[in-house]
Amino acid sequence: MEGNSTDTYTGNRGLRLEEPLIFEQDAPGRSGVDLPEPPPVQSRLGGLDRPDAIGLPGLSEPQVVRHYTRLSQKNYAIDAGFYPLGSCTMKHNPRLNEKMARLPGFADLHPLQPEATVQGALRLIDTLAHWIKTLTGMPAVAMSPAAGAHGELCGLMTARTALEARGDGRKRVLVPDSAHGTNPATAAICGYAVEAIPLNDRGRVDLNALKDALDEDVAAFMLTNPNTCGLFEDEILEQAQAVHDAGAFFYCDGANFNAIVGRVRPGDLGIDCMHLNLHKTFSTPHGGGGPGSGPVVLSEALADYAPRPWVVHGEDGFSLVEHEDEAAQAAPYGRMKAFHGQMGMFVRALAYMMSHGSDGLRQASSDAVLNANYLLASLSKELSLAYDGPCMHEVLFDDGFLKGTDVTTLDFAKAMIDEGFHPMTMYFPLVVHGALLMEPTETESRESLDQFIETMRHLAKRAKDGDAQAFHDAPVHTPRRRLDETAAARRPILRWRPDPVQGEAAE
Amino acid sequence: MSDLKYSKEHEWIRLEDDIATVGISNFAQEQLGDVVFVELPEVGKQVVQNGDAAVVESVKAASEVYAPLTGKIVEVNAALEEDPELVNQSPTGDGWFMKIRLSDASQLDGMMDEAAYNDFTASQS
Repeated sequence: MEGNSTDTYTGNRGLRLEEPLIFEQDAPGRSGVDLPEPPPVQSRLGGLDRPDAIGLPGLSEPQVVRHYTRLSQKNYAIDAGFYPLGSCTMKHNPRLNEKMARLPGFADLHPLQPEATVQGALRLIDTLAHWIKTLTGMPAVAMSPAAGAHGELCGLMTARTALEARGDGRKRVLVPDSAHGTNPATAAICGYAVEAIPLNDRGRVDLNALKDALDEDVAAFMLTNPNTCGLFEDEILEQAQAVHDAGAFFYCDGANFNAIVGRVRPGDLGIDCMHLNLHKTFSTPHGGGGPGSGPVVLSEALADYAPRPWVVHGEDGFSLVEHEDEAAQAAPYGRMKAFHGQMGMFVRALAYMMSHGSDGLRQASSDAVLNANYLLASLSKELSLAYDGPCMHEVLFDDGFLKGTDVTTLDFAKAMIDEGFHPMTMYFPLVVHGALLMEPTETESRESLDQFIETMRHLAKRAKDGDAQAFHDAPVHTPRRRLDETAAARRPILRWRPDPVQGEAAE
Repeated sequence: MSDLKYSKEHEWIRLEDDIATVGISNFAQEQLGDVVFVELPEVGKQVVQNGDAAVVESVKAASEVYAPLTGKIVEVNAALEEDPELVNQSPTGDGWFMKIRLSDASQLDGMMDEAAYNDFTASQS
């Protein structure tokens, strides 16, 4: 990628520093570790001795510290500013969670320790499971799945196991167009044929199309609720009835649970299984701050088919059911992963729940919905709303307001970066043209929302006033200008090479 | 190009004897943006009308390409694996996806000609 064109001698801008790759800073002899020469020993490597240098870069400690500090300063995070990435629920991670997770009694555990020495940890898992079951109104939860998509797989595998236990080899899974993209992938990896269900003109699942598609060959219907248009599926009870009448299971993608915590219990809606992303709803870190955690709640019909392990209250305290012979279930299918789940995320999620209380969780959901509707009400004149509100936790606009301006959703997003905002989700969901999906979460103050709204109004006006070139040039204030996403996808350079043909296409 | 037929899913079809060459329309490639990857079916695979046949991935999204007609895949455009940009540069020419030996030529009757397809896309955008 071409470097930044600046008018400074160094290429730096103020105190924002250009930083080469660590391998490009390699200089032999810089490493600061001073070890004595090893005594001569006979090689026992059987001729497999490394014939050449290992290829690690040689740098001094301050160089390494500066390298990673500078890279970290280029990172944008919820800790740095507004992050309205729709469908991702980029909410603040309270520092209390981190403090609790670092308590040595939680942080230093090993999953193979004797149960008698980890009673507190088992109690924590059990307490978190209790909160999750209570908030969702479901009788059982599988805690071990390692992420949201892993939780989806867990839910569908549980449903498939239950179907197979009754000798029912169904082949299809129905997924609406407004579902998260991982849903059809999960169904496919679980061996099912995926069939899309269209939306109605209100942005909800077309109930008649669902009924038409349901038959004795459908294993499950996978709904995302609230859906990726940011709308509550207000015919969900009818959907559940139709799904159950066909003998299928009702899967709900719970990634958007942050919109309804403390207000709606999925168990009351006829849902059979639903995963929760602890990092979305219960404020554990996203992505690089992870790992993820995706517990799955299960209805009475599926509870007996949950994967191991789970915590039980024994005579001598808590214990884990880990093995087939300990399980009283009908037909368990084993386990989703080694060990018990992401303990560090369990601690953070429970810290969040207990510090907020049930009233605080309800308030957080309400504020998330209020904030999204504040954006909807403030921007529906300048931008073009995809579906009539009110919305839930996120608001979906299409690119109708950019029609005739020669500015695309992508250009608009790049201009937002220049204004200091992480862009919203773009071009998703696919059901609307040039989608702009904004999710402010409960984290944002009135002041930060107002600044965002005024910025959006300014940019929309600028686009309509015919200043398309400025949008095509954006971003101009970033460490790098617009990246060539096409070349990056078509001919990715996947590793650094020491030879002089750097920049040529790699495999 | 008036010999092309179009499906509502934005595939075009060019029929020669009982072999239908299939690709995605100019409108579809414009909507997708720069195509970065194409996954083609295996030669010999049976495809059914409106069933999955290929996948096209752009910088914006990954989309299914449906078989507009029922039949057997007799040839695929292997050049797309190296040069997916052919789909953008020449959607109805070098950017073709696959050739299908038709089972039922009457399925073509439901397809649009170019003028009807242009009206259809005008109503969509």
